[in-house]
Amino acid sequence: MRFARFTLFLSVFLSSLSMANAFESEQQRTYSAQNAQETLRIISTADIDVFEPIIYAFQRQNPNVNIDYVVASSTELMRAIYEENLPFDLAISSAMDLQTKLANDGFARTYSSEATDTMPGWAKWRNQLFGFTQEPAVLVISEADFLQTPIPTTRDELIELLRNNSEKFDGRVGTYDVRTSGLGYLFATQDSRNTEAFWRLTEVMGRLNTRLYCCSGEMITDVASGKIALAYNVLGSYAASRLHNTAGIVIVPLDDYLSVMLRTAVIPSEANNPEGAGLMIDFLVGLKANTDLSASTGLPPIDKEALQAESAMRPIQFGPGLLVFLDKMRRETFLRSWVNSITQD
Amino acid sequence: MSRKDQKWSIRRRLGIQLSVIAALLSIAFYLTVRTVAEQAAADTQDSILAASATSIADALYSERGAIRLELPYSALSMLGTISEDQVFYRVVAKDITLTGYDDLSIPDTSQNQRDVVFETTIYRGVQVRAVAMSRAVSTGNQAQEVTVVVAQTRLGLAATSSRISSTATAVAVGFFLVVTALSLLAAQSAVAPLNRLTQSVTRRGPKDLRPVVTETPRELVPLVDALNSFMGRLRFSLTRSEEFIAEAAHRIRTPLATVRTQAEVLYRQMKQPDNKKSVREIIRAVDESSRSAGQLLDHAMVSLRADQLETREIDLTYLMRDASDRLAPTSDLKDIHLKLDLPSHGCKIMGDLILLQSAVRNILDNSIKYSPEDSSILIRLADDEEYHLMFIDEGRGFESSNPQNLVKRFTRGSNVSDVIGSGLGLTIADEVARAHNGRLEITANKDGPGTCVSLVLPYS
Repeated sequence: MRFARFTLFLSVFLSSLSMANAFESEQQRTYSAQNAQETLRIISTADIDVFEPIIYAFQRQNPNVNIDYVVASSTELMRAIYEENLPFDLAISSAMDLQTKLANDGFARTYSSEATDTMPGWAKWRNQLFGFTQEPAVLVISEADFLQTPIPTTRDELIELLRNNSEKFDGRVGTYDVRTSGLGYLFATQDSRNTEAFWRLTEVMGRLNTRLYCCSGEMITDVASGKIALAYNVLGSYAASRLHNTAGIVIVPLDDYLSVMLRTAVIPSEANNPEGAGLMIDFLVGLKANTDLSASTGLPPIDKEALQAESAMRPIQFGPGLLVFLDKMRRETFLRSWVNSITQD
Repeated sequence: MSRKDQKWSIRRRLGIQLSVIAALLSIAFYLTVRTVAEQAAADTQDSILAASATSIADALYSERGAIRLELPYSALSMLGTISEDQVFYRVVAKDITLTGYDDLSIPDTSQNQRDVVFETTIYRGVQVRAVAMSRAVSTGNQAQEVTVVVAQTRLGLAATSSRISSTATAVAVGFFLVVTALSLLAAQSAVAPLNRLTQSVTRRGPKDLRPVVTETPRELVPLVDALNSFMGRLRFSLTRSEEFIAEAAHRIRTPLATVRTQAEVLYRQMKQPDNKKSVREIIRAVDESSRSAGQLLDHAMVSLRADQLETREIDLTYLMRDASDRLAPTSDLKDIHLKLDLPSHGCKIMGDLILLQSAVRNILDNSIKYSPEDSSILIRLADDEEYHLMFIDEGRGFESSNPQNLVKRFTRGSNVSDVIGSGLGLTIADEVARAHNGRLEITANKDGPGTCVSLVLPYS
């Protein structure tokens, strides 16, 4: 961008370096605008590489807005807003449950505009939570390992396959470590609600010494390298964006159902520039019209027709139900059951 | 009765009263709908909160002496089905928060014996509706009291209530407008019989004292009866006075005839010119008195008969000719020539012969009286959409006085003080004309000196 000079801070803050108990950010970058009059501070779980095209496109439309983009994990994002009340103008996260908690507990500002009013009802909540992508959790398999083996299309078939080929898949199955990954926890809890097969699958994966990952990216890398044969509950949008430069992986959307995560934006109540945040929300909500941009970011926009075309897609419902698995006791119980199933020690 | 009192209107008062009633009913309707609907909405929220608290309480269990809770998904998700309100919950055992929002206040359950207590309170700066439910959970050998609190903000309720309010307002306003419009119509129709009665009374001629027979509602029957009885008395009294006049006139005329005969006999026997002149004056005065008495008689008869015409078919040419014949002796005395100009065809109308005869006779008599000697009177019947019975003399005319005033009773022209007369002649003709839906027209003669008196009668 000619006009957008940006300075790059690639800095990893360690808690020991900053104030005690402060949240940990992974990356930070400032995008200076040509004639900057205001700054929009965004905290997000999306990697800079993924989000950067959106920032440039946004600044083309709003050339007077500096953007300060901070990447953090969903739990750190929660800590920054919920506990430390840091003055971020926009919080973008894939952890729908934590975002819902922000809105429910009064940490979000209400915003509405022409753009948000045309959104489908299931893509927003309380006019505080605005979903702007629909990203399914998929099964990613290594092509090499399934040359002779039929590719499972449902969870039951997957369980069947893993049970019958325990030697082949031992140590070669991957999924999220739900104890550390907010998104993994969201997918797992939704699975537990959606199907009885989830606990059987977890048991079976436990017996196969399943590898646990923090992030979708690493799972995809390991499947591509052949280190593992399949990864369960991988973020489909990440996998799709890796297809063109990663050989040997196949994305399998299971037929019984697909949990669809909506990446959401929230204006925190402590925001200094809620108007700028509103502009960004309008921009994100209008992503569907900008096909080039959604292609370059790999973020599939909210699209009712796409959902109807793929009947297995089940968008995770906004609402107080998402608070249930954030309950202290419920989380303890769930994690204990999950650890018992997955580790099998 | 003052002018201010006359402006008082039953219709307006009725309309205003009904409108006020409609307004009160509309307000009552609005308040009732709002109260009931808001109560229903609040009850719905309460029952969902109670269901949520129950499902949480049901999910309590104890594990190795500790109370545990597996928060059911539906417990919170059900609260999100009716609105997008914020939801808070807290589970407390022995003042220790097991899980949930530990700063959420607990509605006091000790005061109330019921197991479920509702409370509206403020949490995190927002009004919330909270429900508290106590449940004894057995932990090994002893039971422990666990309190579940579920709270929800009331934005959805407020939205529902404002929606209900605006609907109720719209319906109440519509109701008010419709009822007011109907009230005005009702007021209109309530006074309609009164208007009909008024019209039927005002439409009557001044002489029409027949009882009112218009169909009247029961409420107006006493008024109509009173009116009819009043008119009856009035008619009776009028009739009696007319009869009295007729009787008096009759009683005067008869002796006058005797006096005249005797005076004439006396006149013929008299030789002295002075005395003769005096007697002649007496005869003339007697004639005039007799004529006036005759007119009074005619007038009384016209007044009596005008209300109840005895109609039959009358040929107007015959009527005119007859009048001319009857008054020929009188006109001959003054050398007045009566010229008849009648159409060859018959001109028939339905009318009261006696009244019409009386009218025509009086007009002609009048014309003769005010005509100079050795002149002529043209008696013409014109058929021009109406029948014009015209009597055109060559007399002195009416000069400046308004001819139409002459039809008033006992009114005479300003230039006739030298002629003896009662002023009743044209009044009689006018009343007869009116009784036959016609009129009397008095104009100056177009073709010379004198007056044209026309009795105008419509076709029957």
